[in-house]
Amino acid sequence: MGDFSKKVAISAIYPVMEKENKNIYLLGREKQIATAGDANFDMECSKASEAGSVSQRACVFCGSRVVLYPIADALHVVHGPIGCASYTWDIRGALSSGPQLHRLSFSTDLREEQVIFGGEKKLYAALTTLIDKHKPAAAFVYSTCIVGVIGDDIEAVCKKVSAEKGITVLPVHAEGFNGTKKDGYRVACEALSKLIGTSEQRNKVPFSINILGDFNLAGELWMLAEYYRKIGINIIAQVTGDGRVEDIRRANTACLNVVQCSGSMTWLAKDMKEKYGIPYIRVSYFGIEDMSNALYEVARFFDDESKMDAAKLLVATELKKLLPALKEYKEKLTGQKAAIYVGGAFKAISLVKALRLIGVQTVVIGSQTGNKDDYNLIKDICDEGTIIVDDSNPIELQHFIREKNATIFIGGVKERPIAHKLGIGFCDHNHERKEALAGYEGMLNFAKEIYATAMSPVWQFVRKSPSQEEPRIKNQEQRLK
Amino acid sequence: MLLRHTTDKVIDRQALTINPAKTCQPIGAMYAALGIQGCLPHSHGSQGCCSYHRSTLTRHYKEPVMASTSSFTEGSSVFGGQSNLLQAIETIFSTYDPEIIAVHSTCLSETIGDDLNQILTKAREEGKVPKGKHVIHCNTPSYVGSHVTGYANMLLGMTSYFAQHTGISNYQVNLISGWIEPCDMREIKRIAKKMQANTMMFPDTSGILDGPLNGKYTFYPKGGTTIEELISAGDAKFSLGIGQWATEEAAKKLEYKCKVKYDICDVPIGLQATDRFITALSRYANVKVPQSLTNERGRLLDMIADMHSYLYGKRVALYGDPDWLIPMTEFLVMLDMKPVYIVSGTPGKLFESRMKEILGEKVPEAKFKNGETADMFLLHQWIKQEKVDLLIGNTYGKYIARDEDIPFVRYGFPILDRVGHSYFPTVGYHGGMRILEKILGALMDRIDRDAPEEKLELVM
Repeated sequence: MGDFSKKVAISAIYPVMEKENKNIYLLGREKQIATAGDANFDMECSKASEAGSVSQRACVFCGSRVVLYPIADALHVVHGPIGCASYTWDIRGALSSGPQLHRLSFSTDLREEQVIFGGEKKLYAALTTLIDKHKPAAAFVYSTCIVGVIGDDIEAVCKKVSAEKGITVLPVHAEGFNGTKKDGYRVACEALSKLIGTSEQRNKVPFSINILGDFNLAGELWMLAEYYRKIGINIIAQVTGDGRVEDIRRANTACLNVVQCSGSMTWLAKDMKEKYGIPYIRVSYFGIEDMSNALYEVARFFDDESKMDAAKLLVATELKKLLPALKEYKEKLTGQKAAIYVGGAFKAISLVKALRLIGVQTVVIGSQTGNKDDYNLIKDICDEGTIIVDDSNPIELQHFIREKNATIFIGGVKERPIAHKLGIGFCDHNHERKEALAGYEGMLNFAKEIYATAMSPVWQFVRKSPSQEEPRIKNQEQRLK
Repeated sequence: MLLRHTTDKVIDRQALTINPAKTCQPIGAMYAALGIQGCLPHSHGSQGCCSYHRSTLTRHYKEPVMASTSSFTEGSSVFGGQSNLLQAIETIFSTYDPEIIAVHSTCLSETIGDDLNQILTKAREEGKVPKGKHVIHCNTPSYVGSHVTGYANMLLGMTSYFAQHTGISNYQVNLISGWIEPCDMREIKRIAKKMQANTMMFPDTSGILDGPLNGKYTFYPKGGTTIEELISAGDAKFSLGIGQWATEEAAKKLEYKCKVKYDICDVPIGLQATDRFITALSRYANVKVPQSLTNERGRLLDMIADMHSYLYGKRVALYGDPDWLIPMTEFLVMLDMKPVYIVSGTPGKLFESRMKEILGEKVPEAKFKNGETADMFLLHQWIKQEKVDLLIGNTYGKYIARDEDIPFVRYGFPILDRVGHSYFPTVGYHGGMRILEKILGALMDRIDRDAPEEKLELVM
């Protein structure tokens, strides 16, 4: 249960809202807020947001789009009115080492006429034009809210185009209203599942893995792949960062699935376990401890001494460089307090550990899509008194930041200006990260970024503007003397 | 090359938009609603819409953008969104306590046929709207028009709900603001004040989307048009709509409902459009143009005269919304430049006739198109056919600018990768100087970059 004694009237925080009896929590959200160390900890989550909330969450379409779009040699066509395509045009910074087709925006731009008479013809025309022009390795067709309502049979259109053009065309049933962003992840996994196993290759590749749930933001996946290669592991498919259709088709030839961002990819890992008997492990690449564990666990899975030795050597070499550099940051950052609000809970957990490594205590932590297990893990790892929250909103977040005196906020695009208005540092650990934050190199980047934002001179000036009081000497002549 | 797929051959497309030069209606309604004091915009649809609009506005303004959502589920898409909206209204007033909720629809709620008018009436009857508080709405089906249409529709909603005609004139001129930056709205108010004109502007996002950092986070920042002001629009002696696409519907409504006559002028971008705006305001508010404003005009002219040789004959491609494209094109022609390619995803027949009027004699080779398939892919194809010297438009132009190595001035919405657009006005004579500074900066940086060593000039 949440800690209700701390409920505060909103008017205490906002002078503009001088109304009494306003709670900072939305009605019915009490169970989505808790405190670490509370004996009755029982987090309610995976719940649809209350109608009327200023939620930081998105929709099914958004979830499926962010998961699939890094597949760089596929065509991604959004079937719907223009907005859905506009807002997701190249926003995530998922880098590709080859084709850049995924960074363009293709939309059927549905108009009133199609809303009445159906949009199948338009979709067909769009798909055939684009396939002729770009010759993609496969195509994904995302249905949006109204496609679900007007009843276009996109499955049939995809099948028809697929037969005519001889390439795989996959429908992605991403009607926005069909759940949360997390359901969008599942929809994306379903599409991927249809692609996997469609290559000629059947035989297992020795010492091979698929990397699931890294999207190559700021080139992170390239670093991770390099680590794996160094310890003698073969990578079959990258799902989906810098991903290629052909690799995904033969993902079933891997021996192990290594799953990061568990929220988005666990469904696919489970599905592949069932269909192809491929086991999976959950890992995180943020922070030294988790990054090293990921390598060790993969090495351990293959039960091969040379792999384990190589992993140990790699970790030792990296740490030798990294630890002295981190020490300096830790000395300077000790005593700083962080508030974390990110999409996935697993990432939040890694962040707590990574922050601890540089002397920063986490005082508020939350996610948009965490489940019960995640929150129990968060509770165990956080210091007593840490506020834990599911599907939060700006009012709550700002209140918790104030209450816990956080000096750094880690979140996404919508949280940045809120942190800055409060006069505290901010680190984007989401789509808009500019530096790789995963791996050993990423840990150092992370420390640098936290240091730069927490210690920026700008915050000192926030409360130091020239006095607005009347000058003491009022008489103009006297003042001139 | 990111856009390596683009070829110079223009293919015939019936059914496909590639790299749109527009977005959908609801985001415009959300931006307009933020220009009312104490207003929480509300998106009646799935959660994603609201989230996308807030993210895009946040990226453009680097400011917190608040809006709530009806959070549609599968059930609401079958049984209608009435219960979601009723519950939302209750939640919003009890938790976020705004003065007013401005509801806009989405493609989903429009298609399933939710009647916002009826739902809001029910909310009022059931006492879900506290005394002294307001809920207004507008319809913004995403499959009609563009983001500009959504902005216009929210303005229409404001006038339909609030403007009252008491019969006693308050002698003010309503300035109905088109889709311009908060700083531009502030600049237009400064000009009006300088002219001592009795004006009231709506909507007004200055102060809301360019708020100061003072260590406090305010859910409803100080700024915006008040509800009293919106009511007073009905007793005005005249309305001046700034930008045809964004404001004409609201101005018409005011005339129909409250008998307030109106005129529409272009957004005052560049010399001639500013001249016309000031002339119109001086006429309708019955005030004199002060010498200080004439001096501002003189400074702009002076700058143009000093630098005109760098501008002559330069070919420009631009894309964005008609309300700024029209006066910008006119300004470019006046600067002796050649706006050769212009596209806008926003439909509207007037675009073509205005562009013909501006370009017909002066730049007969110009190509322009708006509406469906007038996207950035088409613009790029045109540029491939014959290169331009300058590109003007929102952030999405950076791919073309890079691939074709063209100097690029960011203008319009959204700008996701630079700052300044929300702080430094580009309307009025001073704003004209700002545009000129940007254009010259881009062109002259290029001259410096490309000059061989022996020709690098210190004095330009």
